[in-house]
Amino acid sequence: MRLLNRSAGRLSRYRRRPIAGLAVLMFGLLLTGSLYAAFSPAQAGQAESDEALVAKGRDIFIVGCSTCHGLNGEGINSSRDGKILGPSLIGVGAAAVDFQVGTGRMPLAQPGSQAQRKPPVYTPDEVEALAAYVASLGVGPAIPDESDYSIAGLSEQEREEAIVRGGQIFLTNCTACHNFEGSGGAMPRGGYAPKIRGVDPKYIYEAMLTGPQAMDTFSNGNLSPEEKRDVIAYLQSLEDQPSYSGFGLGGMGPVSEGLFAWLFGIGLCVAFAVWIAAHTTRSSKSKVEA
Amino acid sequence: MSTTQEHLPAVPEGDEPIPNPGLPAHQWRPTDVDTRAEKRAERQVAALFGVATLALVGFFVSYFVFQVGDNWDTIAGFGASNVMLGGTLAIAFICIGVGLIHWARKLMTDHEIVELRHPASSSEKDRTETVGMVMQGIDDSGIARRPLVRNSLLGALGLVGLAPILMLRDLGPLPGDKLYHTIWKPGMRVVRDVVYTPIKVSDLEIGDLVNCEPEALANGGPDGEPLEGVELQIAKSKGAVILLRMEPDDITPWKGRENWSVQGIVAFSKICTHVGCPISLNERTTHHLLCPCHQSTFDLADNGKVIFGPAARPLPQLPIEVDDEGYLVAQSDFTEPVGPSFWERG
Repeated sequence: MRLLNRSAGRLSRYRRRPIAGLAVLMFGLLLTGSLYAAFSPAQAGQAESDEALVAKGRDIFIVGCSTCHGLNGEGINSSRDGKILGPSLIGVGAAAVDFQVGTGRMPLAQPGSQAQRKPPVYTPDEVEALAAYVASLGVGPAIPDESDYSIAGLSEQEREEAIVRGGQIFLTNCTACHNFEGSGGAMPRGGYAPKIRGVDPKYIYEAMLTGPQAMDTFSNGNLSPEEKRDVIAYLQSLEDQPSYSGFGLGGMGPVSEGLFAWLFGIGLCVAFAVWIAAHTTRSSKSKVEA
Repeated sequence: MSTTQEHLPAVPEGDEPIPNPGLPAHQWRPTDVDTRAEKRAERQVAALFGVATLALVGFFVSYFVFQVGDNWDTIAGFGASNVMLGGTLAIAFICIGVGLIHWARKLMTDHEIVELRHPASSSEKDRTETVGMVMQGIDDSGIARRPLVRNSLLGALGLVGLAPILMLRDLGPLPGDKLYHTIWKPGMRVVRDVVYTPIKVSDLEIGDLVNCEPEALANGGPDGEPLEGVELQIAKSKGAVILLRMEPDDITPWKGRENWSVQGIVAFSKICTHVGCPISLNERTTHHLLCPCHQSTFDLADNGKVIFGPAARPLPQLPIEVDDEGYLVAQSDFTEPVGPSFWERG
């Protein structure tokens, strides 16, 4: 009791200081806020923040995207027949937004055959808000969860099987455009299939789900979620694969290897041949005959 | 060696339009006239061979020191065994080669030598003598006088000639009508390649592309026997199709093909009609299918018509429908041969 009295007395000495009122006010506010956060119904809070997220996303959308995609994401046709300024985003889903904006492809830097990958313009929070807004326009694929494409929960043998199956699916469905190592390749009229090595698995999953740009979609009915997971497991296993015998030269196959052989291999042979046939230094002196 | 005259070629007979200038006087190299330069070059060559020797010793040591497989990123991210074996051998070969060339260029004699060309034919005397001997041999063998021997020999030799021709038979039998048919049959399900699962219309969204195979690959050929080996590979390579779902209004079917698609789902052979590469480089936005080998491009919304490249024929379309259980099946086999053109097709 004496201890409490002493402490109260010590505090009480400061009660008339100018800062005391402010401190009490801060304390009161903090207490109110914490108590509200602790006792308010969580469900209501979530719903409100979802709504807020969509509203925030709409604000970003109107500033950054509506020029091409329309004020309500309905898409804009250009005056030329059949050409569009920006496609409709109704029903593309959150996954498409997360892929396009998260990898920096959108907003488009300039019109062209294909959107380029570049450092993202929006922060992850803004991307989330945009995705929430576009998802609210129509039903579409959602952003996959890490558990959808992770093989961490599988046993060693199941992982091996997943990688083997994923490799077969990859070589059948993806290699045609993306190369057998995922190094990418050329497509008609200036387009290209991008390199998919070193890409976040989430974005690979979203690309399969939504079919960005000219890519075909591999919806869950086409390629089941497990099969998608296996494809990603295979690609991840490629990342870990050592380069046993020297430089892969980009994993582009005969093109880069042939170019190297022609330029360096044959070039070196030609240089040697020129050296062999070149004149040696001559002296103006004459050999003194023995 | 005292005059330059001996380097001159022999003066040819007859009148030359211009006088033969002969070879210019030989010019000596520094290594020919300067003993110190000569010694230096000698040391350089020996040093190169010495380095090659050391590199080869390194090769032998590396073989025993670095085990294959357990050190795949020791040196600059590459396997120590590979890098050391390859590197030392490369150094050895390069040093030996460079040493030999250096030796030839600096130390070996480089006096110009003239060698005249001679007529290629033998002398007239040798030629008549040889013909005489051959005629004498024919005469002595009496082949003209003994038709029995001659004819029996001709008979035997003729059959020898026939023997390899007979073996050409093994190139056959002729393909018959095999090139016109694949394993597809009416009612055969279209299944996903690799996993061999059947496909429902509701599985596919617009823009989906599926690489498919005939169900018979998974559950047996025409007689129910499972296919294997060469037969399986042939059936697989001829039967491969790609399934594509697009806006039904985008499809402009030719006459008679109106019911070949199911709610915007079309099936086309995966084998290019140019030289037979498997193709599935599809652009979802244009429905253009590109062959990576020679850039033939087919419009899948327009009956597989060739719109670019060397292919001469449209991509064969597989007519499909839905069976009782809702899975996609073939209406029939392809109506034309798949793959590249062949002689009999004209």
